[in-house]
Amino acid sequence: MSAPTIIMVTGALVGASCGLIGAFLVLRRLALMGDAISHSVLLGIVMVFAVTHSRSPLWMAIGAGAVGLLTVALVGWIQRTNLVKEDAAIGLVFPFLFAIGVFMISRFPTTVHIDVDAVLFGEIAYVPLYHLELFGRDLGVQAFWTLGTMLVIDLIFVAFLYKELKLSTFDAGFAAAIGMSPIVLHYMLMGAVSATTVVAFDAVGAVLVVAMLVVPAATAQLLTRRLPVVLVLSMTLGASSAVIGYYLARSINGSVAGAMATTLGLMFVFAYLFGPVQGMLAKLARRHRQRQDFLRELLISHVAAKPGGVSVESLDHDFGWAKSTTSRAIRDARSQNRLALDDNGMLTAQP
Amino acid sequence: MAFLGLDITWDSTLRNVILGSMILGLTSGVLGSFAVLRRQSLIGDALAHAALPGICLMFMFTSTRSSELLLLGGALSGLLGTIVLIAITRWSLVKEETALGIVLSVFFGFGILLLTRIQHSGDAGQSGLDRFIFGQAATILPRDVAVMGIVATVAIGLVVMMFKEFKIITFDPAYAASIGMRPGLFGAVLAGLLVLAVMIGLQTVGVILMVSLLIAPAVAARQWTNSLSAMVILAGVFGMVAGVAGSVTSSLVDRLPTGPMIVIAASIIVIVSLLFAPNRGVLSTYRSRRLRAARFKAELALADHHGVSRS
Repeated sequence: MSAPTIIMVTGALVGASCGLIGAFLVLRRLALMGDAISHSVLLGIVMVFAVTHSRSPLWMAIGAGAVGLLTVALVGWIQRTNLVKEDAAIGLVFPFLFAIGVFMISRFPTTVHIDVDAVLFGEIAYVPLYHLELFGRDLGVQAFWTLGTMLVIDLIFVAFLYKELKLSTFDAGFAAAIGMSPIVLHYMLMGAVSATTVVAFDAVGAVLVVAMLVVPAATAQLLTRRLPVVLVLSMTLGASSAVIGYYLARSINGSVAGAMATTLGLMFVFAYLFGPVQGMLAKLARRHRQRQDFLRELLISHVAAKPGGVSVESLDHDFGWAKSTTSRAIRDARSQNRLALDDNGMLTAQP
Repeated sequence: MAFLGLDITWDSTLRNVILGSMILGLTSGVLGSFAVLRRQSLIGDALAHAALPGICLMFMFTSTRSSELLLLGGALSGLLGTIVLIAITRWSLVKEETALGIVLSVFFGFGILLLTRIQHSGDAGQSGLDRFIFGQAATILPRDVAVMGIVATVAIGLVVMMFKEFKIITFDPAYAASIGMRPGLFGAVLAGLLVLAVMIGLQTVGVILMVSLLIAPAVAARQWTNSLSAMVILAGVFGMVAGVAGSVTSSLVDRLPTGPMIVIAASIIVIVSLLFAPNRGVLSTYRSRRLRAARFKAELALADHHGVSRS
């Protein structure tokens, strides 16, 4: 497999896993918790590295998962003291943990293979270089194994707990009433976010994971309101941003992760403007049509109230509309055969 | 000269660092107080991240290395980020926290794309651009301190002049609207002021951790007082202490980025305040709860005793 293909597949796996988990984050209004986790996961990675001196994906996932859950617990704990509101609690916890992580990186010797650039935008360009070897056999690109496993775990998680996730997302009170445990589910979801984030870390870095978690999900929700469609669409958008992002990055010679985030941003703008139902243009068109309908109905009821009919000239005086508005309303009403216009310029209502 | 118990030479670099971080801490503490009280503390996060593409674009178009021009670019894209944020929440079903996540990650991602392009193109002047990501206090020049001072004077001057209005709108937007003020306009003014604070902070703290300086001093100050003016002043003081402590440490130790050190200093102030503040602090509430329980028990015992003796 060529290096560009490997990079694109890696990015697509990241986009698909993050898109799937991110859809629930966004629906549960936890987008910023995803932001917080993706930042503080850095501390977990650095601590595991400081202790074990290895970048073994398993240990990384465990360490980062622990710090991710610690973030959630700390935010919850600070909120429960009632001293600090939720948004401020999030904004206190993750910069602190992230700052400790960056501080520890700066204390490592410079030869160590973990640096600030990797934190910011990952090192997806190096992904083809690392192969997984087991019992002396080359099993292919390591990132495929880690990201592929994570995607499968995320899929199993969502498939098995689909009903629970759906119910507790849209009606937490009812879910609790019929005996589900929203808290356990919340922590499981947060654990999945943490693990997905740390696996995606190598490819896109700590900060840009947020784009993968939030933007495809938000874009999908602008396009449809059905949960299964949202999930599939969110994964598809996340994955395709890797392919488009790769070519964008290559054409302007920049970071692939940055280009992926930019691509996702453009997708969101596109959906925001041109979405079929909720898009800006669709909304403007709908509003325009409603206005036309309203004017037409107003005109018809006005004419119908006068038994002898109404002359077109008097409408200007009665309504005070612009000439074009009046003639447009008359045309609409006539095309529906609800008003008739005779040669003397008199409008009469049709039965 | 001895300073904070450390024997350090009072050279001009250190003076710039200390002045710059004091100005930053003061401004972000004061402005952050209003953001925190209005529960909009994370807007600062989005604004700071949104500054990165502006800095890069300004560099690409002008090849300038002067901080004030680059920061102007950052401020412009920060403002654009605010507008996008408002547009998303107002005209679509996307919720505010999701919109914040979108703005901060996409703007930052675009900034990273531009930054890596500049780095790969090997432009000789680019060496300084990544100082805006985690902050590098040692790069602050006397000129920068002057610019920071002017921006801070404007921002804090506005707050002082309109303090009464800020206060009413923060605590009772409905009443403010009823006497003819415009809370919506105030939201925009506050966002604009936060952009100014971000401009001051980018060189010292950087885009990623800037949000902490807007939140932490304000949250810490809130624990010690119930009066808005006292809180604002205290937040400014806490901000200054964190700024000086963090940036001086990072200047003294090699290869230590400034932003994270300032954030750690500010976080320590928050932890101490949350635990030990009188009346509101965790320890104080715990102690008064214990005291109340003990008193209640004593009263019960007393009542019991009286009841027994009467029968």
